[in-house]
This record gives sequence, structure tokens and C-alpha cells, in this order.
Amino acid sequence: MSEIETLVKELADKHGRKRESLIPILQGVVEKERYLSDEAMTEIARELDIAAAQVYGTATFYSFLDTVPRGKYVIRVCKTISCSMKNGNEVIKAISDILKIQVGETTPDKKFTLLEANCLGWCHKGPAMLINDTPYTELTPQKVREIIAEYNRK
Amino acid sequence: MENMVKLKIDGVEVQVEKGKTILDAARSMNIHIPTLCHHEDLCVAGNCRVCVVEQVGTRNLVASCATPAADGMEIRTNSLKVRNARKHIIELLLSEHNADCTKCYKNGNCELQALASELKNTEHMFLDLVERKTFTVDMYSPSIIKDDSRCIRCQRCVRTCEELQHVSALGVAHKGDRMKISTFFDRPMFEVVCTNCGQCVNRCPTGALIERNYIDEVWDAIYNEDKFVVVQTAPATRVALGEALDLPPGEIVTGKMVAALRRLGFNAVLDTDWSADLTIMEEGTELLTRLKKALVDKDPNVALPMTTSCSPGWIKFIEHTFPEMLPNVSTCKSPQQMFGAVAKTYYANKVGVDPAKMVVVSIMPCTAKKFEADRPEMRSSGYKDVDLVLTTRELGIMIRQAGLDFNSLPDEDYDSVLGQSSGAAVIFGATGGVMEAALRTAYEIVTGREVPFEGLNITPVRGMEGVREASMEIKDTLPEWKFLEGVELRTVVAHGLTNAKQVMQWVKEGKKSYHFIEIMACPGGCLGGGGQPIPTNAEIRAKRAEAIYREDAGKAIRKSHENPEIIAIYKEFLGEPLSHKSHELLHTHYVERNRY
Ligand code: SF4
Ligand code: SF4
Ligand code: SF4
Ligand code: FES
Ligand code: FES
Repeated sequence: MSEIETLVKELADKHGRKRESLIPILQGVVEKERYLSDEAMTEIARELDIAAAQVYGTATFYSFLDTVPRGKYVIRVCKTISCSMKNGNEVIKAISDILKIQVGETTPDKKFTLLEANCLGWCHKGPAMLINDTPYTELTPQKVREIIAEYNRK
Repeated sequence: MENMVKLKIDGVEVQVEKGKTILDAARSMNIHIPTLCHHEDLCVAGNCRVCVVEQVGTRNLVASCATPAADGMEIRTNSLKVRNARKHIIELLLSEHNADCTKCYKNGNCELQALASELKNTEHMFLDLVERKTFTVDMYSPSIIKDDSRCIRCQRCVRTCEELQHVSALGVAHKGDRMKISTFFDRPMFEVVCTNCGQCVNRCPTGALIERNYIDEVWDAIYNEDKFVVVQTAPATRVALGEALDLPPGEIVTGKMVAALRRLGFNAVLDTDWSADLTIMEEGTELLTRLKKALVDKDPNVALPMTTSCSPGWIKFIEHTFPEMLPNVSTCKSPQQMFGAVAKTYYANKVGVDPAKMVVVSIMPCTAKKFEADRPEMRSSGYKDVDLVLTTRELGIMIRQAGLDFNSLPDEDYDSVLGQSSGAAVIFGATGGVMEAALRTAYEIVTGREVPFEGLNITPVRGMEGVREASMEIKDTLPEWKFLEGVELRTVVAHGLTNAKQVMQWVKEGKKSYHFIEIMACPGGCLGGGGQPIPTNAEIRAKRAEAIYREDAGKAIRKSHENPEIIAIYKEFLGEPLSHKSHELLHTHYVERNRY
């Protein structure tokens, strides 16, 4: 059994093999692998006896379930209206300048991925972003620079 | 009357059974409410909202396809509010739609276009978003083209593939304005579990899922003086082609179809029914041989039950889904492919045509047949056995292009040889037909007597039930078949891949045991094939089936082994069923495929 087969099997043993088990299993794989490879999705489909296209559909519905390899730190900048009215675009531009990548891309050292996200629930303190699970709010280009520098030191 | 509800639609009172929708009620009074996502064969989706109506006393409009009719309801189907809403909905759909109708294959046969044409809206109400979107067009499959720029996301295809076929090659991916109909990882249809059955094509209201058509290639072959172009017609085409040419469902148009094909310029008009009879000879013998190996030789390697193999959608399905059961599939090629292999050998020789110059075209109720003809295994004549495959719909288009008035054509007969057929071959087009045809022949081989059914009609295997089991005791066999004396031959018939999957699951888990399984990928069998005229529903399929059994009953010869042209080919060319030559030309093997 390959590593991914074992992982999927473990997760299925834990969460069950029903349709409702799909999301927790997908989350479990992302937690370990940081993204859902086609191999992982096919394995999940086989384990739950559903179609691979259905697994893919579910995975692409949730923006937190990545289907392409991501960097160690995934930056998600809110692009929803409240944030973008508070100069959210400048935040994206700043990150993009610092890391030399566009939205959707990953740095060559596989450290950072830059993504846009829908409302993160921090509208009152926008512009907001998440780095993996940690929220950062009331961002300015200067603040962003500091935050990224800190992650770079890690 | 407690099972009925009474409501008023457009001022007129109507009663319908409890559980029926407002749409059903309106239809019962011949009031037309437009629909898009709704399809009679599928569960309710209620996502397009084109079918909205006004319920007096309720603020929001309701989707008539998804709302049960209730006592005392008062419904308006054509109020100002309804008309405005409908207009908005259709205009919104069109604002994201590549409505380049004159360059669209569905032009003239498109539900969205028909609605727009009813509406006669000549202004753009909304910003046109088509330019801002990136769409993919998947043209890699030999059977099906998927053009996202024509998709209205009604999800009929998704429901078809899930509910009727249990394949789910197509799903809904992404969300919001990026939501799209997608295969696994948006791979080409060609690379995924899609069986090419075309059931989604049959139900897509627009040009987003269409057959890959080969009409121009066929015209080119016909116009090419150097080529000898042979055409074969599948059993189910003759009871459905009329629908593509303005005739009502259930008309038998065999003679007119032959006349039309001749006028289109084919050099020989031949019949897949002929090779259906040939299939029965091979497949019937194969079944008896497997039974003998199992019962007499006690050979542990013989795979029983044996399943039929004439439906290429079924073949691709089992290759993906139950690869471990491939030995159970009959090795017989489908009638289409048997025809091609024989046409470019035996027939070419008989009519004195160089097979290199022969083009074999087939008219099929099926999109999967296009894929089948392209399989690398299907070249046993030394050439591509079947060159081009057209659906019944494509033939309808060619007949119109040629300016033929189909209805006034005379009835003509097929050419010979490879043109004569029995009633047993015709019923291949209906679910249960291959089983019935095989039993008519196999029973007689074993007992020397006709099947013990009135008029040779083996009614227990007929009908539209998804899974039908039947068994038959074999009595008073001929001496060489003694080992079958008293054997209860257990058979099952399934159509639609959801039912097929169920049956195979039973067999795999040992819950049921059969000798012979007939499976057709499409609902109703080939008569409900993905290449048949649109629309399709249970009523239309029932009419086609009735026509097929009428055609069978009217045939002089009813059993495959009595077809003189079949007797002749064994005598002159093949020797006997399962001979070396038969194996070379008429049998094949299968491959295991991926599971996504
Ligand atoms: S799908 Fe229908 S409306 Fe769209 S371009 Fe084709 S014919 Fe026109
Ligand atoms: S491909 Fe056709 S059936 Fe499927 S969602 Fe699009 S328009 Fe509807
Ligand atoms: S052709 Fe058949 S198997 Fe393929 S996507 Fe359509 S319905 Fe599904
Ligand atoms: S709008 Fe950005 S967090 Fe809500
Ligand atoms: S037809 Fe009723 S919501 Fe689509």
C-alpha cells in the first residue's frame, strides 16, 4: 500500500465510509499532505465507493481544500467587498511584490502560496488575511512586510 | 377521492393525484409551462427557475416543477409577474451563454433557443459576460463533445449520469460564477470513466453536450468515386428515425430508411440485423460451450454467468468498474463490429471489391459505437473494420440536407448479401431482446424443439422493469446435450447501468446465481440509446419497443439460425460457430481501465 492509500484507509476507518464522511476525510488528507492530489482523490473515491468526479466536485467547492500543491504557508487575502473597499487590493499587491508571485502561485522554495479568499469574517477589522489558520487584520503594506519577514525567519 | 387534490390553474379547475406537481397538473390540461432543468426521467432539481408560476396569495413565485399541487391552490402561469420573471431568467442565462446559434450543432433543436425564440426579446437586458469568461471545449472523445460555453448548468447531465447510469463521470465543480460541469480534475471525457453512452447528450437541453458528428466525412466518402461505401443500420434505428423527420414515435420506417440511404448515394445498403443473427449463433454457442465446460468437464476456469457484450457502453463500464469480472463477458464482438469484419473480408470478396477501397458506415442509436469502432481491437479484417459511425440523429440530418421528403419515399428492401435478417435480430434493439433471440436459438439447438412460448414470444424477458429475472427448465434434450437435462436455466436482463451495477454486485457477492445475463447500457435498451432522436421519455421508449415487437412478429423468419444468409456464410466461409475463422474475425478481448 502506498502512503496515501494507508492515510485514506486510516481516515475512512476513523470517519466512516458514508457520503457524510467525505469532508472530514478530505480535511484529514489536506492536513497531512497540504493538498489533494489526484491519487488521493481517486483513493478516497475507491474507499467510499463513489465517483472520483464527485470527490473532485466537493473538493473544489470548498476553497480550503486545495487540489494543487501549496507552499508551507498559504496566505489567503480576503477579496470580499468590505476588505477591498479598505484597500485590500494594496495588500495583495504588496505581498505579490515581496514574494514575487501572482495570486494562485507558489514561491519556488515552496514556502508561500498566495490566494484570494471570500469573506473571512473579520470585515470590521479589514483588510484581513489568513496565513494557514492564523488571521491577520487591519493590514497595511508595511504590516504585511513585517508579518512575512517573521514567517521567513521561521 | 382522498388521493386527489383540486386546484385552479389560469382560472380553470383541475384535479390531480396527490404528489403530482403544479407542472404535471398544467400539462394534464395542455397548458405549456417552459422548463429547462426538469426532465421526466430524472429527479427534480428545481435550479433553473424557468418554470416559475404565480401562486395567488404568495409573494414569491414558485417553481412549478418542484412544487406539489395542493388543494385550493390558485395558479397563474401567464401573469405579468410570471412573464417578466421568465424573461429575466432567460436573459440572464443568455448573458453568460455563447449564443452563436448559427455555428451551433443544436441550432434548430435546442430548448434554450426555442425559449428565446418564443420570447422574441430583441434587446440585451444584461451585460454580456461571455467575453469575460474562459470556457473549455473538450473535443478529444470520438463520441462526445463537451462545450462549456453552451452550458446553462441545469445539471440534467449530472443527474443522468448519476441516477440512470451510476457512473458520475460528470459532476458539479467549483461554486458561484465559476461553477461548472466537470469530470474528475476536468480531464477530457475520453480519459475518465465516461462510458460514451450518450444518455447525457440525449438530455442536454443545449449544445453543451453533443455527439461528435461525422456527417461531412460520410459525404466525402460518398462523393469519392474511388470508394465503395457500404452502410449498415442497427435494429433500433428503424423504429426511431421517423421521429427525427417529423413522424410520431412508434412508426416503423425500415423501408423508407433503406430508400433514403440509397438516394444519399451509398453503394450498398445492408443491415446490422444480419450480423445480429450472426451474433446469436456465436454467442448462443459460446454459452452452451461454457455450460458444457462447467457441467461436464468440471473446468474450474470457466467463467459463469456469461454476460452479453453487444453494448459498448456496458463494455466500457465493466472495464472501469468490475475489471475482475471481464472473463464473464462474452467474447463476441457486437453486431456492428461483426458486420465490419465480415464486410471487408467475406463480403468484399463476394462482390469483388478491394477492401482497401471499401468504407463501412454504420447508422447506430448509440454514441458509444463511435468509440467502439475506434478501439484498436477492431481491425481484424486488416483494416479499420467500421470506418464511420453516425447516430440516428445524424442520419436524420443527412436526409434533410439531401432534400429528401422522407415521408413520401417508397418502401425498399436491403441489398444482399448481409441484408437478410430474422425477427430475432430486430428485437436486439429492445431490452430483453438479445436474451429472447438467444433462447429461441439455444433452446432449439439443445432440444430440437421450438421454445415453448406462444408465437415464439418469450414474454417473461420483455418489458421495461429495470431488472427482470426469468428461468426455464430444459427438458427432453437431444442426446448430445444430455448434460443439460433438467437444468433450470437462470437468466436476468438489466438495462441502464445503475441496474447493471446492481446485478453485477449481486453476482460478485454471491447473492444471486445466474447462467446468462443480458445487459444494455441504455434505458430501454438500444431503442433508448444516446444517439436516438431527442426527446426521450418512458412513453416514447414504450412506443419504440412496441414497434420493435411488431416488426419481429411480421417477419417471415423469426429465428437467427434459420436466416439463409447466415446458413450460407457458415457453409461458405466460417465453417461453424466458434471456428478458428470465427475467433479471428468475430471475437475480441477486453482491457482493464482506470477508476476515475
Ligand atoms: S446551445 Fe442553443 S441557444 Fe446556444 S448557441 Fe446552440 S442553438 Fe443557440
Ligand atoms: S451540459 Fe447540458 S445538461 Fe449538463 S448542465 Fe450543461 S446544459 Fe445542462
Ligand atoms: S456519456 Fe454516459 S457515462 Fe458519459 S458522461 Fe454522459 S451519461 Fe455519463
Ligand atoms: S469582507 Fe473581508 S473579512 Fe469580511
Ligand atoms: S424546470 Fe423547474 S426549476 Fe428548472
